Amino acid sequence: MHGRPRKAYKPEEEAASAAKAAKLRILQTQFMSNHHNKIYTKEAVDLSTKLLEINPEAYTAWNYRKLAVEDKLSRIESDPDLVKTILDEELSVVESALRQNFKSYGAWHHRKWVLSKGNSSVANEMRLLDKFQKLDSRNFHAWNYRRFVVELTNRSEQDELKYTDNMIGSDFSNYSAWHNRSVLLSNLLARKADGFLPNAKIPDEYELVHSAIFTDEDDQSGWFYHLWLLDQTVNVETPLLTSSWPSHGSRINLSAGCLNDSFSKLTTFCSESGSFPLILYFDQAVGGVSSATVTIDSELKGNEDLVWEPVSKKNSQMSSVWVAHLKYMSSEPCFRKEYEVKVRVGNSPGIVSSRGCNFSKSYEFIFTAHVHDTVQGSQEDIVSWTDGFDIWDAESKDLYSLVNLNRSNAQMDFKWRQEAIAEEIILFRKLSDSKIGKLTLARLLMAKAVISDDVVKGVDYNEILELYKDLMVLDSSHYQYYKDEHSVALLHKVTSSTDDLSRHLFRYRNMNNSVCLRLNNLSLSRIASVAKLLFVQMLDLSHNELHSTEGLEAMQLLSCLNLSHNKIRSFSALDSLRHLKQLRVLNVSHNHIGEHSVDTTRYLCSSPLSNSEWTQDEVGRKTPNLVTKYWDAYFVLRDLNLKQLDITGNAIARDEFSSFVLQVVPKLVWLNGKKLES
Amino acid sequence: MSSSSSSFQMGQLVADKHVRYILMAEKKKESFESVVMDHLRMNGAYWGLTTLDLLDKLGSVSVDEVVSWLMTCQHESGGFAGNTGHDPHVLYTLSAVQILALFDKLDILDVGKVSSYVAGLQNEDGSFSGDIWGEVDTRFSYIAICCLSILKCLDKINVEKAVDYIVSCKNLDGGFGCTPGAESHAGQIFCCVGALAITGSLHHVDKDLLGWWLCERQVKSGGLNGRPEKLPDVCYSWWVLSSLIMIDRVHWIDKAKLVKFILDCQDLENGGISDRPDDAVDIFHTYFGVAGLSLLEYPGVKAIDPAYALPVDVINRILLTK
Repeated sequence: MHGRPRKAYKPEEEAASAAKAAKLRILQTQFMSNHHNKIYTKEAVDLSTKLLEINPEAYTAWNYRKLAVEDKLSRIESDPDLVKTILDEELSVVESALRQNFKSYGAWHHRKWVLSKGNSSVANEMRLLDKFQKLDSRNFHAWNYRRFVVELTNRSEQDELKYTDNMIGSDFSNYSAWHNRSVLLSNLLARKADGFLPNAKIPDEYELVHSAIFTDEDDQSGWFYHLWLLDQTVNVETPLLTSSWPSHGSRINLSAGCLNDSFSKLTTFCSESGSFPLILYFDQAVGGVSSATVTIDSELKGNEDLVWEPVSKKNSQMSSVWVAHLKYMSSEPCFRKEYEVKVRVGNSPGIVSSRGCNFSKSYEFIFTAHVHDTVQGSQEDIVSWTDGFDIWDAESKDLYSLVNLNRSNAQMDFKWRQEAIAEEIILFRKLSDSKIGKLTLARLLMAKAVISDDVVKGVDYNEILELYKDLMVLDSSHYQYYKDEHSVALLHKVTSSTDDLSRHLFRYRNMNNSVCLRLNNLSLSRIASVAKLLFVQMLDLSHNELHSTEGLEAMQLLSCLNLSHNKIRSFSALDSLRHLKQLRVLNVSHNHIGEHSVDTTRYLCSSPLSNSEWTQDEVGRKTPNLVTKYWDAYFVLRDLNLKQLDITGNAIARDEFSSFVLQVVPKLVWLNGKKLES
Repeated sequence: MSSSSSSFQMGQLVADKHVRYILMAEKKKESFESVVMDHLRMNGAYWGLTTLDLLDKLGSVSVDEVVSWLMTCQHESGGFAGNTGHDPHVLYTLSAVQILALFDKLDILDVGKVSSYVAGLQNEDGSFSGDIWGEVDTRFSYIAICCLSILKCLDKINVEKAVDYIVSCKNLDGGFGCTPGAESHAGQIFCCVGALAITGSLHHVDKDLLGWWLCERQVKSGGLNGRPEKLPDVCYSWWVLSSLIMIDRVHWIDKAKLVKFILDCQDLENGGISDRPDDAVDIFHTYFGVAGLSLLEYPGVKAIDPAYALPVDVINRILLTK
């Protein structure tokens, strides 16, 4: 029982309770009889009033009263006074029920139902609400009812915003009022109401929320409002292109098999299918990327009607990453070995964000593809993560793409945004002994890095990393949150400059000098900055603390992935790898797969649990019990095209499971370092 | 000394006492508390029976007795009432379906009829009413979607519109409310995140923003509250935890402290779990406490599914076989 002390009852208390119960039981029985026999006499209706006064949650009694009202209204000719009397009676029953239980869903809905009849005084409702909301200022039923009444009265959003001024003014800790303010303000900003332009209004709101945060640093009400303001400051609504592969000005090799070492200085992409992925990475999820909105100008044949696919769940047509596959091998003989490809994004309108904003303006980039038709058969040797690596050739052009595709290109009003963040940084440095002070400062510095020109980047990352380290100690309950944020900041730092990143880059000799990025042993608990890593073909993330591969789906070139010695708990955590059509080598050895009863990625993985379509295959028919038992491995692995898989050192990796894997992935050549008999 | 052992300091789950408490509560029909709760006996049965199953004691109840009472609550419309004689409502229809799923007795239902009742409550804008009287709330969206998914009848509703409506209830703090514009609340967040999970639509959730809001529900005592600046309550061990699990952000809270808070809310003598330490116990909080411990992988408690609120083995049996 909410908020009632636990105690043993005295015999007289028990007797009193039993007597009360008996009385209520009789009322209920009589009420049920009236309800079932459709008796709506005054006496019968009064009985339901009594019942609801004792127990406002008895929902059937509210239903009964609605039937009784409808019955009465059907008997009288449209006499407005009489109608009003009938409905006022209901309002007064609701009022006394609410006095008994302010949180009764049934009572609040009954009131709405009565009001919807349109015969009651709405002004009276506002007066009543003002009274109620003073008594219980956080009651969400009352706030919801308020929004309902406001809509009936056509009261302006500006007036309601003033009401939140008053509520917040009398109590900074009223989260409900802050919430309502954020709803009203975002509506007013969205429709550009008079005096509600972001560059003028957002700075005022910062002022207001400072007074809350600086009055009581521990009160959470202002925290979330500040975070929302920061989001409004940093994120422009217009979607922008962040990066692409191939990138502007780059040169790539394309082949159907292994090449000689002489091409080592360029990224070489080879695929038996004779097509390569063209990747577009936007700063937010967009829809409408198609051969109409993105045009390709090139002599590579057969790419006139490219199919663009969102790298996202099957039922979503929105994604920040889009990919199309360009053919470079056709049945016709190649007359030229070098092709220029010109890509124009946003050529015609149609690329739209989830909030309905159009892609800024068209953007063009050009790259050169060298097509080689020397074929030497496909790779079947085991990929080693230790031998055969050369250091990165610093003259490579791939990293030139690290410069953002220039946000200011979009001609946004960045000045007020940069100023607002600069001011906040100065202010929050004064509060940097407290949790919220440090956290907000870290977030502001990250925001500054995102919104500033590249030149000033890199300076603040060490400070951000230190802040998150402090927070891990200061607020240890949320240790892992800060750890995750620390990982994000660290990856931003690593990818912030060519110098930083090239220290982690290598080339793998045995596979056309594939680009290998080593981010092992960095104590990473999550993945970030993937937009800058689209050119990577081999990724070593071993010896970290990752529990999911979320984010890797954008790395469409990835063919080898090392996740050994991490904290992966199930195959469902590898769901994002299903988008990686080039992935052939996967090492998930020495993780925690099979150790836990709770699977935190159970619903982030497409499966029948989340109602995604699936077709029954041979394995499902032959071994349905194993499919149910190892469903996560079944649904993820069967969508991958793996040649090598390592699962040793996981609780799940017993014989039964290994033989199940071989059935699900029949094309596998290497399992746990051993070559399989073909 | 045993008092220095960590298990003693942590407290222990008195599972047997909780089982006895649940079985006894069913017999105490004449206390004032149970008369007041008479109209939601179907929910009570679901809470009690699921707790028993999580503690591996479902065998101690008579399936026939429960099922024959349960079927007296079904109306001609296909919907179930909270108890015999009451009106049908989706709240109780889901509980009835969940109870039958627990007992592996879904085959006694006229699935077409039940699913038509639930599907018939969808409104033009994709939202759901709770019953014929038209109260709209994202709780009912969850209930309808969960219920129809268990019955494998999701194709009877417009899922896309249902999802759009839920997304329209998303707030600027990443949470969800009961209608568009309504304040975020952990119980409501569970409903919306659960419905999005079941329909494979979690990409609509800003997992980091919502995850931070949810993990900040943990207060100093280790317990979780349902909204900022509110008191902790054992029931949020379910609402908040299950939501955090569905969006893969549960590592952001201190699990050991939460286990301790839940165990501190037990009535060690008579069984049952309360909202806060030393408050009166009830079946609702007993269920949410045990379900919370299940989500925290407490030893001896079966795994519960965070979206369907039924044991994982029950849900896997229903949904992972063709």
